[in-house]
Amino acid sequence: MANNNSTTAPAPTRRAGAQSPGRRRLFSALGFLVTLCVTFIGLLAITFFIGRIVPIDPVLAVVGDRAPVAVYERVREEMGLDRPLAAQFVSYVGDVVTGNFGTAVSTGKPVIEDLARVFPATLEMATLGIILGVLIGVPLGVIAASRRGSWLDQAIRVIGLLGYSVPAFWLGLVGLAVFYAKLKWVGGPGRVDIFYDGVVSPITGLILVDSIIAGDWEIFRNAVWHLILPASCLGFFSLAYIARMTRSFMLDQLSQEYVTTARVKGVPERLVIWRHAFRPIRVPLITVIGLSYAGLLEGSVMIETIFSWPGIGNYLTVALLNADMAAVLGSTLVIGAVFIGINKISDVLYRVLDPRAR
Amino acid sequence: MTTLRDWLIDDSPASPMQARLGRIYRIFGALMHNPLAVVGAIIILVLVLTALFAPWIATHDPLRQSLGERLLPPSAAHWMGTDELGRDIWSRVVYGARITLAIVTLVAVLAAPAGLVIGVAAGYFGGWVDRILMGITDIFLSLPKLILALAFVAALGPGIENAIIAIAITSWPGYARVARAETMTFKNSEFISAVRLLGASSLRVNLGHVLPLCTSSMIVRVTLDMAGIILTAAGLGFIGLGAQPPLPEWGAMISRGRSFILDQWWVATMPGFAIILVSLGFCFLGDGLRDVLDPKSGEQR
Repeated sequence: MANNNSTTAPAPTRRAGAQSPGRRRLFSALGFLVTLCVTFIGLLAITFFIGRIVPIDPVLAVVGDRAPVAVYERVREEMGLDRPLAAQFVSYVGDVVTGNFGTAVSTGKPVIEDLARVFPATLEMATLGIILGVLIGVPLGVIAASRRGSWLDQAIRVIGLLGYSVPAFWLGLVGLAVFYAKLKWVGGPGRVDIFYDGVVSPITGLILVDSIIAGDWEIFRNAVWHLILPASCLGFFSLAYIARMTRSFMLDQLSQEYVTTARVKGVPERLVIWRHAFRPIRVPLITVIGLSYAGLLEGSVMIETIFSWPGIGNYLTVALLNADMAAVLGSTLVIGAVFIGINKISDVLYRVLDPRAR
Repeated sequence: MTTLRDWLIDDSPASPMQARLGRIYRIFGALMHNPLAVVGAIIILVLVLTALFAPWIATHDPLRQSLGERLLPPSAAHWMGTDELGRDIWSRVVYGARITLAIVTLVAVLAAPAGLVIGVAAGYFGGWVDRILMGITDIFLSLPKLILALAFVAALGPGIENAIIAIAITSWPGYARVARAETMTFKNSEFISAVRLLGASSLRVNLGHVLPLCTSSMIVRVTLDMAGIILTAAGLGFIGLGAQPPLPEWGAMISRGRSFILDQWWVATMPGFAIILVSLGFCFLGDGLRDVLDPKSGEQR
């Protein structure tokens, strides 16, 4: 995105040297905001374009194919489809900004309401997934780097590559068959057992938080029981990526001279690794974790289908199969916006935390 | 043999052909020293051979139903068992190799040249061309690939052709970035200036001299992307938006086997193993190729 920055704000970067640091920071913040806006408009342009290439005539969908020409023309005008594309795009952006995503055919409700209802379920699963991914992935990456070339390193490398080769939906299916059906270690599909459904009134929509607020530990335990398998499946994919990146960052650090110095001074290897080499990679790791978190929101589409998880992925799949374009484009927009948002936040965090990038 | 080898590794090749063959020989030799890359290459070779000779490798007709033999477990007659319509799963997995190979080839053929042309144009001309082209590329790159592909297929309608188009639409931006970066490094080198001084048009400079230099990093990138393409295509098939029945596409087969996962586990798991094996093969080979062709990008991915 650095390139985009220079597109929108070429002047500040060129004259940066002559300005006060506060001014420069203001300009880079402005440039960042402009980039963000351009990206969001790009996302809107893509969903708008997808909405236009649908082979189904939206007017025919409303009036039916036997309607007289006059009725057809009137409805077409009412829907604004006779106006130039640019004007249509502007009113589309206006609609989206004011939260009007259209009405979902499958539920009969406004898409925005549906999305607000299903999103917390996805957020809960992806968040637990990324926590698992970080807790396991980072140590694995560090171990792999500290024993470079050993069989352990090779094994971790293969695990990492499996993260790129195992279909998420297949992993979920096999997981269900083994851990739910055979071993009975975890709960089955859905967020809670059927007789707990709707017992806790949704406040945040995150069932773990809601059950704590309600003080209902039985439901909390049941929800964890159901959440653990889908979150682990998601976590596996972030683990693979995080371990791989951690390993390569660590290898960079371990080849630096200060590490050799520390070793020569007789610092124990464990301290060399965790206190000396690991510290500097925490900042780039934040970016990796951010990217991976955003990726999990995407990966949840497949996992949710398998686990009948009432989140945005499941909502999107159902809408896809019913060719319910308002719901499809609404979900695409929301997932896309969250994806861009998380990426940008990790970008900003990197700049704030790394003194060299400031 | 030694004479052929000497000819291949000659430091001062007499013809461009000898230089090219020598380069291929060296790359091949370096790849052979990487065990994982060899495994990957073998897996992909097996995939290609399976696709080519599917009728001879399959033991049954992949589409022939025989309701008397529904959901049989793996046995000598049916190596991977049978599905809910009595079709032989092994034969379907074998024929599925053709579909997978066709998908990855078509996506690569559609997306890589498009990305290459856009990236080279952006890198070579710079200025506004670069800003506009890379602006569009960056927007595509900042969006989730799978979701975008899903939305495109939803708009175009289900089917394997539309799935391929949708995946290609979401794949080109990565290639454009790589090609742009490569072009920027060559653009100001002396041999390009020399060609320009000889009066070559920018089209000729790009097609004849810049594009060929980008190919090695493109090959690496495409190979590494293959696993992702296979997974996306299988995912579309699984949801029901990709290959349609009765095509023996692996993702669609897993989707059919979903209802039988508890009692007849082989229906859904067998095609999954095929997907994992082939994707791993491309990952291994891509990793190895990168170490040989593009060592500076190192471990990062």
